[in-house]
Amino acid sequence: MQEIKFIKTEGTPNGSSSCCGTSGQESAASCCSTTSQVQSFVIGSVTTAAGPVPKIVTTWTSSDTWGMVRSRSGGYRMRYTVEPGLYAVGEPTPDSDVFVTANYKLTFDILRRSLAGMNAWVLALDTKSINVWCAAGKGTFGTEELATRISAARLSEVVAHRKLILPQLGAVGVNAAEIRKRTGFRVAFGPVEARDIPAYVRGNYKKTPEMRTIRFSLLDRMILTPMELNPALQKYPWFALAVLLLFGFQPSGILFRDAFFGGLPFLALGLVAVFAGAFLTPVLLPFVPFRSFALKGLVMGVAALAALEAAAPSFFPAGLMRLAAYLLFPALTSYLALQFTGATTYTGMSGVKKELKLAVPAYFAASGLSVLLVIAHKFQTWRMQ
Amino acid sequence: MKYLANTVSLAYDENRCEGCGRCVEVCPHGVFEMEARRAKVTDRDKCMECGACALNCEFKAITVNAGVGCAAALINSMIIGGEPTCGCGDSGPACC
Repeated sequence: MQEIKFIKTEGTPNGSSSCCGTSGQESAASCCSTTSQVQSFVIGSVTTAAGPVPKIVTTWTSSDTWGMVRSRSGGYRMRYTVEPGLYAVGEPTPDSDVFVTANYKLTFDILRRSLAGMNAWVLALDTKSINVWCAAGKGTFGTEELATRISAARLSEVVAHRKLILPQLGAVGVNAAEIRKRTGFRVAFGPVEARDIPAYVRGNYKKTPEMRTIRFSLLDRMILTPMELNPALQKYPWFALAVLLLFGFQPSGILFRDAFFGGLPFLALGLVAVFAGAFLTPVLLPFVPFRSFALKGLVMGVAALAALEAAAPSFFPAGLMRLAAYLLFPALTSYLALQFTGATTYTGMSGVKKELKLAVPAYFAASGLSVLLVIAHKFQTWRMQ
Repeated sequence: MKYLANTVSLAYDENRCEGCGRCVEVCPHGVFEMEARRAKVTDRDKCMECGACALNCEFKAITVNAGVGCAAALINSMIIGGEPTCGCGDSGPACC
Protein backbone atom coordinates (compact mmCIF):
# COMPACT_ATOMS: atom_id res chain seq x y z
CA MET A 1 0.00 0.00 0.00
CA GLN A 2 3.06 2.15 0.27
CA GLU A 3 2.85 2.59 -3.51
CA ILE A 4 -0.39 4.53 -3.33
CA LYS A 5 1.32 7.36 -1.49
CA PHE A 6 3.63 7.94 -4.40
CA ILE A 7 0.86 7.75 -6.93
CA LYS A 8 -0.80 10.60 -5.10
CA THR A 9 2.30 12.78 -5.17
CA GLU A 10 2.41 12.32 -8.94
CA GLY A 11 -1.18 13.39 -9.27
CA THR A 12 -4.02 11.03 -10.01
CA PRO A 13 -3.38 8.85 -13.05
CA ASN A 14 -5.52 9.88 -15.99
CA GLY A 15 -9.18 9.25 -15.46
CA SER A 16 -9.56 6.81 -18.30
CA SER A 17 -12.10 4.05 -18.50
CA SER A 18 -10.22 1.68 -16.24
CA CYS A 19 -11.69 1.24 -12.82
CA CYS A 20 -8.42 1.07 -10.98
CA GLY A 21 -6.73 4.14 -9.69
CA THR A 22 -9.28 6.51 -11.13
CA SER A 23 -10.89 7.56 -7.92
CA GLY A 24 -7.87 7.63 -5.71
CA GLN A 25 -6.62 5.50 -2.89
CA GLU A 26 -9.53 3.27 -1.94
CA SER A 27 -10.58 1.90 -5.31
CA ALA A 28 -7.06 0.93 -6.29
CA ALA A 29 -7.01 -1.60 -3.50
CA SER A 30 -10.42 -3.10 -4.08
CA CYS A 31 -10.90 -4.44 -7.57
CA CYS A 32 -7.73 -5.13 -9.47
CA SER A 33 -5.44 -5.78 -6.58
CA THR A 34 -3.80 -9.16 -6.44
CA THR A 35 -2.22 -8.60 -3.06
CA SER A 36 -3.74 -11.70 -1.52
CA GLN A 37 -1.96 -13.91 -4.06
CA VAL A 38 1.08 -15.87 -2.98
CA GLN A 39 3.67 -15.35 -5.69
CA SER A 40 5.43 -18.68 -5.90
CA PHE A 41 8.25 -17.34 -8.07
CA VAL A 42 9.45 -15.02 -5.26
CA ILE A 43 12.33 -16.55 -3.26
CA GLY A 44 13.26 -13.88 -0.75
CA SER A 45 14.37 -10.31 -1.18
CA VAL A 46 17.36 -8.10 -1.86
CA THR A 47 18.14 -4.97 0.13
CA THR A 48 18.22 -1.65 -1.68
CA ALA A 49 18.38 2.01 -0.75
CA ALA A 50 14.62 2.08 -1.25
CA GLY A 51 13.96 -0.94 0.96
CA PRO A 52 13.67 -4.66 0.26
CA VAL A 53 12.82 -5.76 -3.29
CA PRO A 54 11.37 -9.25 -3.90
CA LYS A 55 13.79 -11.63 -5.57
CA ILE A 56 12.43 -13.94 -8.25
CA VAL A 57 13.55 -17.22 -9.84
CA THR A 58 14.08 -17.59 -13.58
CA THR A 59 12.85 -21.17 -13.77
CA TRP A 60 9.33 -22.37 -14.46
CA THR A 61 7.45 -24.92 -12.39
CA SER A 62 4.70 -27.18 -13.71
CA SER A 63 2.14 -24.75 -12.29
CA ASP A 64 3.59 -21.98 -14.48
CA THR A 65 3.22 -24.23 -17.52
CA TRP A 66 -0.32 -25.19 -16.54
CA GLY A 67 -1.13 -21.51 -16.01
CA MET A 68 0.10 -20.79 -19.54
CA VAL A 69 -2.14 -23.51 -21.00
CA ARG A 70 -5.16 -22.26 -19.07
CA SER A 71 -4.62 -18.61 -19.98
CA ARG A 72 -4.03 -19.48 -23.63
CA SER A 73 -7.40 -21.15 -23.87
CA GLY A 74 -9.92 -19.07 -21.99
CA GLY A 75 -11.02 -16.40 -19.57
CA TYR A 76 -8.48 -17.43 -16.95
CA ARG A 77 -6.11 -15.02 -18.71
CA MET A 78 -8.00 -12.11 -17.19
CA ARG A 79 -7.09 -13.22 -13.69
CA TYR A 80 -3.54 -14.35 -14.44
CA THR A 81 -1.61 -11.53 -12.79
CA VAL A 82 1.49 -10.68 -10.85
CA GLU A 83 1.66 -7.79 -8.44
CA PRO A 84 2.94 -4.65 -10.21
CA GLY A 85 6.23 -3.22 -8.97
CA LEU A 86 9.95 -3.85 -8.85
CA TYR A 87 11.58 -7.30 -8.71
CA ALA A 88 15.17 -8.51 -8.57
CA VAL A 89 16.72 -11.24 -10.72
CA GLY A 90 20.00 -12.76 -9.48
CA GLU A 91 22.06 -10.34 -7.39
CA PRO A 92 21.48 -7.00 -9.07
CA THR A 93 23.49 -3.89 -8.15
CA PRO A 94 22.65 -0.20 -8.67
CA ASP A 95 24.35 -0.55 -12.06
CA SER A 96 22.22 -3.46 -13.29
CA ASP A 97 19.79 -3.14 -16.19
CA VAL A 98 16.10 -2.45 -15.60
CA PHE A 99 13.65 -4.38 -17.79
CA VAL A 100 10.09 -3.10 -17.89
CA THR A 101 7.21 -5.52 -18.46
CA ALA A 102 3.46 -6.10 -18.05
CA ASN A 103 1.76 -7.73 -15.09
CA TYR A 104 0.11 -10.44 -17.19
CA LYS A 105 1.74 -13.45 -15.56
CA LEU A 106 2.49 -15.24 -18.81
CA THR A 107 4.36 -12.17 -20.09
CA PHE A 108 6.17 -11.82 -16.78
CA ASP A 109 7.09 -15.53 -16.78
CA ILE A 110 8.49 -15.40 -20.30
CA LEU A 111 10.63 -12.41 -19.35
CA ARG A 112 12.01 -13.91 -16.13
CA ARG A 113 12.83 -17.15 -17.94
CA SER A 114 14.75 -15.14 -20.54
CA LEU A 115 16.82 -13.47 -17.82
CA ALA A 116 18.32 -16.75 -16.56
CA GLY A 117 21.87 -16.24 -15.32
CA MET A 118 21.65 -12.44 -15.38
CA ASN A 119 21.57 -9.87 -12.61
CA ALA A 120 18.83 -7.40 -13.40
CA TRP A 121 15.81 -5.47 -12.18
CA VAL A 122 12.32 -6.10 -13.51
CA LEU A 123 9.66 -3.40 -13.27
CA ALA A 124 6.15 -4.77 -13.81
CA LEU A 125 3.54 -2.21 -14.82
CA ASP A 126 -0.11 -2.60 -13.89
CA THR A 127 -1.59 -3.55 -17.24
CA LYS A 128 -4.63 -5.29 -15.71
CA SER A 129 -3.43 -8.73 -16.70
CA ILE A 130 -2.95 -7.82 -20.37
CA ASN A 131 0.18 -8.53 -22.42
CA VAL A 132 2.54 -5.71 -23.43
CA TRP A 133 1.34 -5.12 -26.98
CA CYS A 134 -2.40 -5.13 -26.33
CA ALA A 135 -1.94 -3.11 -23.15
CA ALA A 136 0.17 -0.58 -25.03
CA GLY A 137 -2.58 -0.27 -27.64
CA LYS A 138 -5.05 0.34 -24.86
CA GLY A 139 -2.72 2.76 -23.07
CA THR A 140 -2.34 0.79 -19.84
CA PHE A 141 1.23 -0.09 -20.75
CA GLY A 142 1.69 3.61 -21.22
CA THR A 143 3.61 6.77 -20.43
CA GLU A 144 1.43 7.61 -17.44
CA GLU A 145 1.64 4.19 -15.82
CA LEU A 146 5.39 3.91 -16.40
CA ALA A 147 6.11 7.34 -14.90
CA THR A 148 3.88 6.52 -11.93
CA ARG A 149 5.48 3.12 -11.41
CA ILE A 150 9.02 4.53 -11.57
CA SER A 151 8.32 6.86 -8.66
CA ALA A 152 6.22 4.30 -6.76
CA ALA A 153 9.14 1.86 -6.88
CA ARG A 154 11.59 4.68 -6.01
CA LEU A 155 13.67 3.45 -8.92
CA SER A 156 15.96 6.47 -8.90
CA GLU A 157 17.10 5.40 -5.41
CA VAL A 158 17.51 1.73 -6.37
CA VAL A 159 19.67 2.25 -9.44
CA ALA A 160 22.51 4.69 -10.07
CA HIS A 161 22.01 4.91 -13.84
CA ARG A 162 19.05 6.42 -15.69
CA LYS A 163 18.16 3.89 -18.34
CA LEU A 164 15.17 1.61 -18.84
CA ILE A 165 14.87 -1.24 -21.31
CA LEU A 166 11.33 -1.65 -22.60
CA PRO A 167 9.95 -4.35 -24.83
CA GLN A 168 9.83 -2.88 -28.33
CA LEU A 169 6.09 -3.45 -28.70
CA GLY A 170 5.56 -1.23 -25.64
CA ALA A 171 6.42 1.71 -27.90
CA VAL A 172 2.79 1.72 -29.02
CA GLY A 173 1.86 3.12 -25.61
CA VAL A 174 5.01 4.70 -24.19
CA ASN A 175 6.34 8.03 -25.37
CA ALA A 176 10.08 7.80 -24.66
CA ALA A 177 10.74 11.53 -24.85
CA GLU A 178 7.94 12.22 -22.40
CA ILE A 179 9.33 9.66 -19.92
CA ARG A 180 12.74 11.32 -20.13
CA LYS A 181 11.21 14.71 -19.45
CA ARG A 182 9.10 13.54 -16.55
CA THR A 183 11.39 11.05 -14.79
CA GLY A 184 14.90 11.61 -16.12
CA PHE A 185 15.03 8.01 -17.33
CA ARG A 186 16.13 7.29 -20.88
CA VAL A 187 14.08 4.63 -22.66
CA ALA A 188 15.69 2.04 -24.90
CA PHE A 189 13.28 -0.18 -26.77
CA GLY A 190 14.76 -3.66 -26.63
CA PRO A 191 13.93 -6.68 -28.76
CA VAL A 192 10.36 -7.65 -29.68
CA GLU A 193 10.83 -11.08 -28.12
CA ALA A 194 12.14 -11.52 -24.58
CA ARG A 195 14.14 -14.57 -25.69
CA ASP A 196 16.44 -12.23 -27.67
CA ILE A 197 17.39 -10.24 -24.55
CA PRO A 198 20.61 -12.17 -23.73
CA ALA A 199 21.90 -11.68 -27.30
CA TYR A 200 20.81 -8.02 -27.21
CA VAL A 201 22.74 -7.41 -23.98
CA ARG A 202 25.80 -9.31 -25.22
CA GLY A 203 25.67 -7.33 -28.47
CA ASN A 204 26.08 -4.06 -26.57
CA TYR A 205 22.36 -3.22 -26.68
CA LYS A 206 22.20 -3.17 -30.46
CA LYS A 207 19.22 -4.72 -32.14
CA THR A 208 19.60 -6.79 -35.27
CA PRO A 209 16.82 -6.36 -37.86
CA GLU A 210 15.54 -9.81 -36.77
CA MET A 211 15.24 -8.65 -33.16
CA ARG A 212 13.03 -5.74 -34.10
CA THR A 213 10.75 -7.57 -36.51
CA ILE A 214 7.57 -9.29 -35.41
CA ARG A 215 6.82 -12.62 -37.01
CA PHE A 216 3.74 -14.74 -37.29
CA SER A 217 4.90 -18.31 -37.53
CA LEU A 218 2.78 -21.43 -37.85
CA LEU A 219 3.26 -22.06 -34.14
CA ASP A 220 2.33 -18.45 -33.26
CA ARG A 221 -0.88 -18.87 -35.22
CA MET A 222 -1.68 -22.29 -33.77
CA ILE A 223 -1.32 -20.97 -30.21
CA LEU A 224 -3.98 -18.35 -30.93
CA THR A 225 -6.62 -20.73 -32.29
CA PRO A 226 -8.12 -21.91 -28.97
CA MET A 227 -9.20 -18.31 -28.34
CA GLU A 228 -10.77 -18.23 -31.81
CA LEU A 229 -12.53 -21.58 -31.46
CA ASN A 230 -13.79 -21.22 -27.88
CA PRO A 231 -15.85 -18.04 -28.29
CA ALA A 232 -17.32 -19.35 -31.55
CA LEU A 233 -18.25 -22.70 -30.02
CA GLN A 234 -19.81 -20.95 -27.04
CA LYS A 235 -22.36 -19.45 -29.42
CA TYR A 236 -22.91 -22.76 -31.24
CA PRO A 237 -25.80 -23.95 -28.98
CA TRP A 238 -27.84 -20.92 -30.11
CA PHE A 239 -27.23 -21.83 -33.73
CA ALA A 240 -28.18 -25.43 -32.98
CA LEU A 241 -31.39 -24.34 -31.27
CA ALA A 242 -32.37 -22.16 -34.23
CA VAL A 243 -31.68 -24.99 -36.69
CA LEU A 244 -33.67 -27.53 -34.67
CA LEU A 245 -36.64 -25.17 -34.32
CA LEU A 246 -36.60 -24.32 -38.01
CA PHE A 247 -36.45 -27.96 -39.10
CA GLY A 248 -38.79 -29.28 -36.43
CA PHE A 249 -41.53 -26.79 -37.18
CA GLN A 250 -44.39 -28.53 -38.99
CA PRO A 251 -48.07 -27.68 -39.51
CA SER A 252 -48.83 -30.15 -36.72
CA GLY A 253 -46.41 -28.57 -34.27
CA ILE A 254 -42.73 -29.04 -33.52
CA LEU A 255 -41.70 -32.58 -34.35
CA PHE A 256 -38.59 -33.85 -32.66
CA ARG A 257 -37.85 -36.46 -35.33
CA ASP A 258 -37.92 -33.90 -38.16
CA ALA A 259 -35.92 -31.48 -36.11
CA PHE A 260 -33.19 -33.99 -35.50
CA PHE A 261 -32.92 -35.77 -38.84
CA GLY A 262 -33.68 -32.74 -40.96
CA GLY A 263 -31.36 -30.51 -38.94
CA LEU A 264 -28.45 -32.91 -38.52
CA PRO A 265 -26.60 -32.06 -41.75
CA PHE A 266 -26.90 -28.35 -40.95
CA LEU A 267 -25.63 -28.90 -37.42
CA ALA A 268 -22.62 -30.78 -38.78
CA LEU A 269 -21.98 -28.14 -41.44
CA GLY A 270 -22.09 -25.47 -38.73
CA LEU A 271 -19.25 -27.20 -36.91
CA VAL A 272 -17.30 -27.58 -40.15
CA ALA A 273 -17.73 -23.89 -40.89
CA VAL A 274 -16.50 -22.91 -37.43
CA PHE A 275 -13.52 -25.21 -37.72
CA ALA A 276 -12.65 -23.85 -41.17
CA GLY A 277 -12.90 -20.22 -40.08
CA ALA A 278 -11.48 -20.29 -36.57
CA PHE A 279 -8.85 -23.00 -36.98
CA LEU A 280 -7.96 -23.87 -40.57
CA THR A 281 -7.83 -20.31 -41.91
CA PRO A 282 -5.54 -18.99 -39.11
CA VAL A 283 -3.24 -22.01 -39.33
CA LEU A 284 -3.00 -22.04 -43.14
CA LEU A 285 -3.12 -18.22 -43.36
CA PRO A 286 -0.20 -17.52 -45.74
CA PHE A 287 -1.24 -20.37 -48.04
CA VAL A 288 -4.87 -19.32 -48.45
CA PRO A 289 -5.30 -17.09 -51.50
CA PHE A 290 -6.12 -13.34 -51.21
CA ARG A 291 -4.91 -10.77 -48.71
CA SER A 292 -8.41 -9.95 -47.54
CA PHE A 293 -9.41 -12.06 -44.54
CA ALA A 294 -13.06 -12.08 -45.58
CA LEU A 295 -12.05 -13.60 -48.93
CA LYS A 296 -9.62 -16.03 -47.30
CA GLY A 297 -12.47 -17.24 -45.10
CA LEU A 298 -14.85 -17.45 -48.04
CA VAL A 299 -12.39 -19.62 -49.97
CA MET A 300 -11.89 -21.90 -46.98
CA GLY A 301 -15.62 -22.10 -46.31
CA VAL A 302 -16.50 -23.12 -49.86
CA ALA A 303 -13.55 -25.55 -49.94
CA ALA A 304 -14.61 -27.19 -46.67
CA LEU A 305 -18.20 -27.58 -47.87
CA ALA A 306 -17.15 -28.94 -51.24
CA ALA A 307 -14.84 -31.44 -49.57
CA LEU A 308 -17.63 -32.60 -47.29
CA GLU A 309 -20.07 -32.88 -50.18
CA ALA A 310 -17.59 -34.96 -52.17
CA ALA A 311 -16.92 -37.21 -49.19
CA ALA A 312 -20.55 -37.74 -48.15
CA PRO A 313 -22.91 -36.78 -50.99
CA SER A 314 -25.93 -38.58 -49.51
CA PHE A 315 -25.56 -36.75 -46.20
CA PHE A 316 -25.21 -33.33 -47.80
CA PRO A 317 -28.38 -31.23 -48.14
CA ALA A 318 -29.96 -31.27 -51.61
CA GLY A 319 -31.96 -28.83 -53.75
CA LEU A 320 -32.82 -25.51 -52.15
CA MET A 321 -31.18 -26.63 -48.92
CA ARG A 322 -27.92 -27.18 -50.73
CA LEU A 323 -28.06 -23.64 -52.02
CA ALA A 324 -28.88 -22.36 -48.54
CA ALA A 325 -25.90 -24.26 -47.13
CA TYR A 326 -23.53 -22.83 -49.73
CA LEU A 327 -24.77 -19.33 -48.92
CA LEU A 328 -24.79 -19.51 -45.14
CA PHE A 329 -21.73 -21.51 -44.17
CA PRO A 330 -19.02 -19.87 -46.28
CA ALA A 331 -20.35 -16.53 -44.97
CA LEU A 332 -19.95 -17.84 -41.42
CA THR A 333 -16.43 -19.07 -42.14
CA SER A 334 -15.59 -15.73 -43.72
CA TYR A 335 -16.92 -13.87 -40.68
CA LEU A 336 -14.83 -15.98 -38.31
CA ALA A 337 -11.74 -15.57 -40.48
CA LEU A 338 -12.25 -11.81 -40.43
CA GLN A 339 -12.34 -11.94 -36.62
CA PHE A 340 -8.79 -13.24 -36.69
CA THR A 341 -7.55 -9.82 -37.84
CA GLY A 342 -7.76 -8.85 -34.16
CA ALA A 343 -5.11 -11.41 -33.30
CA THR A 344 -2.63 -11.17 -36.17
CA THR A 345 0.64 -9.28 -35.97
CA TYR A 346 0.26 -7.46 -39.28
CA THR A 347 -3.29 -6.27 -40.01
CA GLY A 348 -4.24 -2.64 -39.45
CA MET A 349 -7.45 -0.82 -38.68
CA SER A 350 -7.90 0.91 -42.05
CA GLY A 351 -7.81 -2.41 -43.86
CA VAL A 352 -10.25 -4.10 -41.50
CA LYS A 353 -12.65 -1.15 -41.83
CA LYS A 354 -12.44 -1.42 -45.60
CA GLU A 355 -13.22 -5.13 -45.47
CA LEU A 356 -16.13 -4.67 -43.10
CA LYS A 357 -17.85 -2.13 -45.33
CA LEU A 358 -18.36 -4.82 -47.94
CA ALA A 359 -18.39 -7.91 -45.77
CA VAL A 360 -20.99 -7.01 -43.15
CA PRO A 361 -23.79 -6.26 -45.66
CA ALA A 362 -22.80 -9.42 -47.55
CA TYR A 363 -23.06 -11.51 -44.37
CA PHE A 364 -26.50 -10.13 -43.61
CA ALA A 365 -27.64 -10.75 -47.19
CA ALA A 366 -26.26 -14.30 -47.27
CA SER A 367 -27.76 -15.34 -43.96
CA GLY A 368 -31.11 -13.68 -44.69
CA LEU A 369 -31.31 -15.33 -48.08
CA SER A 370 -30.41 -18.75 -46.72
CA VAL A 371 -33.16 -18.52 -44.10
CA LEU A 372 -35.63 -17.61 -46.86
CA LEU A 373 -34.46 -20.62 -48.85
CA VAL A 374 -34.95 -22.93 -45.88
CA ILE A 375 -38.49 -21.56 -45.43
CA ALA A 376 -39.20 -22.00 -49.14
CA HIS A 377 -37.97 -25.56 -48.87
CA LYS A 378 -40.32 -26.20 -45.98
CA PHE A 379 -43.32 -24.94 -47.93
CA GLN A 380 -42.26 -27.12 -50.83
CA THR A 381 -42.21 -30.24 -48.66
CA TRP A 382 -45.49 -29.39 -46.92
CA ARG A 383 -47.27 -29.05 -50.22
CA MET A 384 -46.02 -32.43 -51.33
CA GLN A 385 -47.37 -34.12 -48.20
CA MET B 1 2.62 -11.69 -44.98
CA LYS B 2 1.08 -8.43 -46.08
CA TYR B 3 -2.38 -7.01 -45.64
CA LEU B 4 -4.46 -5.05 -48.19
CA ALA B 5 -2.51 -2.84 -50.58
CA ASN B 6 -2.82 0.97 -50.51
CA THR B 7 -5.09 1.20 -47.49
CA VAL B 8 -2.67 2.28 -44.81
CA SER B 9 -3.10 5.75 -43.24
CA LEU B 10 0.62 6.24 -42.53
CA ALA B 11 1.92 9.67 -43.57
CA TYR B 12 5.53 10.74 -43.27
CA ASP B 13 6.97 14.21 -43.79
CA GLU B 14 10.64 13.75 -44.58
CA ASN B 15 11.37 17.46 -44.14
CA ARG B 16 10.64 17.28 -40.45
CA CYS B 17 12.94 14.32 -39.81
CA GLU B 18 15.97 15.02 -37.62
CA GLY B 19 17.43 11.57 -38.07
CA CYS B 20 17.11 10.28 -34.48
CA GLY B 21 16.20 6.79 -35.66
CA ARG B 22 13.42 6.18 -33.13
CA CYS B 23 11.00 5.09 -35.85
CA VAL B 24 13.43 2.43 -37.04
CA GLU B 25 13.85 1.28 -33.45
CA VAL B 26 10.13 0.92 -32.72
CA CYS B 27 8.58 -0.31 -35.98
CA PRO B 28 7.95 -4.07 -35.77
CA HIS B 29 7.66 -4.39 -39.54
CA GLY B 30 10.73 -2.54 -40.73
CA VAL B 31 8.69 0.13 -42.49
CA PHE B 32 11.40 2.73 -41.80
CA GLU B 33 15.11 2.59 -42.44
CA MET B 34 17.85 5.20 -42.15
CA GLU B 35 19.38 6.58 -45.29
CA ALA B 36 21.80 9.52 -45.29
CA ARG B 37 20.85 10.41 -41.68
CA ARG B 38 17.18 10.55 -42.46
CA ALA B 39 14.36 8.06 -42.10
CA LYS B 40 12.93 6.61 -45.27
CA VAL B 41 9.77 4.59 -45.80
CA THR B 42 10.57 1.21 -47.32
CA ASP B 43 7.15 -0.35 -47.94
CA ARG B 44 3.98 1.39 -46.72
CA ASP B 45 1.88 -1.73 -47.21
CA LYS B 46 3.83 -3.43 -44.43
CA CYS B 47 2.50 -0.88 -41.91
CA MET B 48 -0.07 -2.25 -39.47
CA GLU B 49 -0.97 1.15 -38.02
CA CYS B 50 0.12 0.33 -34.47
CA GLY B 51 1.11 3.97 -33.95
CA ALA B 52 4.44 3.39 -32.16
CA CYS B 53 6.41 5.54 -34.64
CA ALA B 54 4.01 8.48 -34.55
CA LEU B 55 3.86 8.46 -30.73
CA ASN B 56 7.63 8.37 -30.44
CA CYS B 57 8.57 10.82 -33.20
CA GLU B 58 9.66 13.94 -31.32
CA PHE B 59 9.55 16.04 -34.48
CA LYS B 60 5.98 15.14 -35.46
CA ALA B 61 7.13 13.91 -38.83
CA ILE B 62 4.85 10.87 -38.73
CA THR B 63 1.10 10.58 -38.47
CA VAL B 64 -0.96 7.41 -38.60
CA ASN B 65 -4.54 6.64 -37.80
CA ALA B 66 -3.78 4.05 -35.15
CA GLY B 67 -6.34 1.86 -33.52
CA VAL B 68 -7.52 -1.63 -32.87
CA GLY B 69 -7.68 -3.78 -35.97
CA CYS B 70 -10.12 -6.25 -34.59
CA ALA B 71 -13.28 -6.88 -36.53
CA ALA B 72 -15.54 -7.57 -33.56
CA ALA B 73 -14.75 -4.18 -32.02
CA LEU B 74 -15.25 -2.36 -35.31
CA ILE B 75 -18.55 -4.14 -36.05
CA ASN B 76 -19.80 -3.21 -32.60
CA SER B 77 -18.89 0.42 -33.12
CA MET B 78 -20.49 0.34 -36.59
CA ILE B 79 -23.76 -0.96 -35.18
CA ILE B 80 -23.87 0.57 -31.70
CA GLY B 81 -21.69 3.58 -32.40
CA GLY B 82 -18.85 4.92 -30.31
CA GLU B 83 -15.15 4.27 -30.22
CA PRO B 84 -14.08 0.73 -31.14
CA THR B 85 -12.40 -1.00 -28.23
CA CYS B 86 -11.33 -4.58 -27.88
CA GLY B 87 -12.80 -5.09 -24.44
CA CYS B 88 -10.01 -6.52 -22.36
CA GLY B 89 -12.60 -8.83 -20.87
CA ASP B 90 -13.00 -11.23 -23.78
CA SER B 91 -14.90 -13.29 -21.33
CA GLY B 92 -16.04 -12.94 -17.79
CA PRO B 93 -16.52 -9.92 -15.62
CA ALA B 94 -13.05 -8.46 -15.91
CA CYS B 95 -12.65 -5.38 -13.82
CA CYS B 96 -11.22 -3.04 -16.38
